[in-house]
Amino acid sequence: MDVELRGITKRFGPVTANADVDLTIRGGEVLGLLGENGAGKSTLMNVLCGLYRPDAGHILIDGREMSFAGPGDSIAAGIGMVHQHFMLVPVFTVAENVVLGVEPTGRLDHLDLATARAQVREINDRYGLQVDPDAVIEDLPVGLQQRVEILKVLFRSADLLILDEPTAVLTPQEVEDFFAIVKALRDAGKAIVFITHKLHEILAIADRISVLRGGRIVGQGDPAVVTEADLAEMMVGRPVSFTVDKAPATPGAAILEVADLVVLRENDEIAVDHLSLSVRSGEIVGIAGVQGNGQTALVQAITGLARPAHGAVRFEGRDITHASVRARHAMGMAHIPEDRHRSGMIANFTIAENMVLNSYYDPAYASGLQVDWDRVNLAAARFCVDFDVRTPSVFLPAGALSGGNQQKMVVARELERETKLVIAAQPTRGLDIGSIEYIHDRLVGARDEGDGVLIVSSELDEIMGLADRILVMFKGRIVAEVDNREGRADRNAIGLAMAGAAA
Amino acid sequence: MSERIRVNEEMRALLARTTRGRAGFEDLVVVPVFAVIVALILGALTMLATNVDLATIGKSYVALLHGSVGSLNALSETLTAAAPLVLAGLGLALGFRTGLFNIGAEGQLLMGGMAAVMVGFSLPELPAVILLPLCLLAGAAMGAFYAAIAGYLRAATGAHEVISTIMLNLTSYRILDYMLRQPWVQKEGRADPISKSVPEAAELPRLLEWLDPNLRVHAGLFLMLIATAFVYWLLFRTKVGFEFRASGENPDAARYAGMRSKLIIVLAMATAGAFAGLAGANQVLGVLGRATPGFSAGIGFDAIAVALLGRSHPVGVLFAGLLFGALEAGGRQMQVDAGVSIDLIGIIQALIIVFIAAPLLVRAIFPWGFRRSRDKAGGQP
Repeated sequence: MDVELRGITKRFGPVTANADVDLTIRGGEVLGLLGENGAGKSTLMNVLCGLYRPDAGHILIDGREMSFAGPGDSIAAGIGMVHQHFMLVPVFTVAENVVLGVEPTGRLDHLDLATARAQVREINDRYGLQVDPDAVIEDLPVGLQQRVEILKVLFRSADLLILDEPTAVLTPQEVEDFFAIVKALRDAGKAIVFITHKLHEILAIADRISVLRGGRIVGQGDPAVVTEADLAEMMVGRPVSFTVDKAPATPGAAILEVADLVVLRENDEIAVDHLSLSVRSGEIVGIAGVQGNGQTALVQAITGLARPAHGAVRFEGRDITHASVRARHAMGMAHIPEDRHRSGMIANFTIAENMVLNSYYDPAYASGLQVDWDRVNLAAARFCVDFDVRTPSVFLPAGALSGGNQQKMVVARELERETKLVIAAQPTRGLDIGSIEYIHDRLVGARDEGDGVLIVSSELDEIMGLADRILVMFKGRIVAEVDNREGRADRNAIGLAMAGAAA
Repeated sequence: MSERIRVNEEMRALLARTTRGRAGFEDLVVVPVFAVIVALILGALTMLATNVDLATIGKSYVALLHGSVGSLNALSETLTAAAPLVLAGLGLALGFRTGLFNIGAEGQLLMGGMAAVMVGFSLPELPAVILLPLCLLAGAAMGAFYAAIAGYLRAATGAHEVISTIMLNLTSYRILDYMLRQPWVQKEGRADPISKSVPEAAELPRLLEWLDPNLRVHAGLFLMLIATAFVYWLLFRTKVGFEFRASGENPDAARYAGMRSKLIIVLAMATAGAFAGLAGANQVLGVLGRATPGFSAGIGFDAIAVALLGRSHPVGVLFAGLLFGALEAGGRQMQVDAGVSIDLIGIIQALIIVFIAAPLLVRAIFPWGFRRSRDKAGGQP
């Protein structure tokens, strides 16, 4: 199946998300669609899926013009999307999830699960997906859940598969398996759109590359010829340096020590399992690992949000295992939370209010019972300038900012004062390259001023680029420690450790 | 500050006040106004459906207007009815802002009123300048304590405040019944449960008695205005108000910022209860002069509607309370003049709430009242 998008334009009020986009997708080919967050990739694909109606332009399938009134039409036309966030019922089996909404039924409209299972098994075997149709979703690892999403799309006989940031949740080894599946689908004649912002992946899998920036196609590339630098420049619109510029680390005394720490989840499962680590001043320690291996609980225990069941947390030698969040803040601990929307900011509060979310009581901003909002606003304006938060006014609700500016706001709040230890969890998740560079520079800057920095990230590239020392976390334990001072840690070894292979 | 902050051009631009958007105006003013209009129209249709003829419907709405704002006496009645609604509504609004859905204003109001009466009749020899503030304080303190029970249960055990405050409401009725039968509370020579009357020194003075002894408006009016200003100050100017609002908007972010969420819950519930208790004291000291079973008369529940209608903003609550006070006063006139049941007022109040709660419905009915709505897809790229 060949699909052609001609002159697609989509506006949201004053914002033009897609401007005059031409794109051709051919059967038996993987098209890599590259672009930063906000470049218009998702909008374009939602147009193709029938979720949005374009303001101008046409969609042609095998030369015939199509008009999609809704997602149902595009599915009927053979277009299937695998979303970044899985849409599966956790307590259903694979087969039940796959047939959900298009269940094969027998006489009297009863559910024919035997047929469903057989059909699922057949597709499974044809493309080598290796998923047990009778497995329950919640028992499956993330990588297999993703294959169930692909099964769902194939079951609805899609000939064009849109894969939206499919590798975000996978370990490096899982990515390789996943690529094998994508190639099998391509060789079977399917057309595939592979959306990502990871350059090395797109070079590894795509047959053709299109780059979106500001809603327009700004370049095409042949993966055999272009380099990562070319693509990055197309994507961002200026040359991008991949290595984080930083001087060699000069570690000093230990600032943070975690000793034999055990943290339980709410259901009493062990999240952090007798873990010990230390962070010294003037070094960046990176914790690599696939999400869900206890990183969140570890950070919560260090920052005072969770009570450890066992073990100790020490700050400059003092035991702070039971100190409050505020006490730790006062000691000079900064915390950039992993989910800025949920816990890092208040979307309905103004930027100024968010800037003092954890310091409003400070004598610099408050006197007696009252908060002096004039002083807060003035300080907030200064932080916006100092930390490059781009906004027309500090009185705007934080929710109105772009993701990158929201995160810079959080970073400004945490780093504008004297700090000794910075805990940064997923500090650049979902941000544009410009903001990522900026935040990385700030974290390195904090290190160079003598702070200890602990970075937790599921993006291995980020850890490899920033950290002076890398710890790999798997099932609540540190399973590997790698020196990365020359930036030459073995990527493959770390990947294996992330999957639990190394001892 | 020794180090002077350099205010450059860039910062000055950031500090320029943005004008309040039209969307905000629509939300705060246009929707409530239209909600009231729709409710009145539907109220008329309800009367039609129950075989009330058009002339009577017209007469009843004229009476509603006349009875609420048509004369000095009507205004006095409106303000008298509004004061407890605003007081209790302010407390509830503060709770809503903190993310606490306190249904217990009714019980807090009863307990507060009871405490105010007891302090009043127990200390008859004190002068008004001491006794009146003391009674008000007792009402507020009792309301705060009673609400703090639900707050503590929520903070310590996670028991949801909706459930616990409803239970505490029911408990408060029985506590009141019991207390009213105690010999030191019950009025001498009465068999029915009714408390002793408060001495004149404990009464909220009537403001316009010198004009006409029938004008009931009393000093609770000032209480209402002071409370409105106080809650505004508390919510938007103080540290604890910032904590309340942050916890209500995003409890996770508040916790991550080091705010003590449990303490905030108890504190917010107690503050809310203090205002409900004050509303109870306002009733017994300003209108009733004593406590009787169920003297709260549903004010604590109407106040929930007032807080919602006022969008949990102190100034909004003030206006919403005045509107509900007007409906109450006008409704009595309606019953007298047109013979329409007072229940109709209940229906109109309920309809107003329905339309406030469903702004999209109001927008659909009055499309010309609003700016053209944004793209339906809505999502930003």
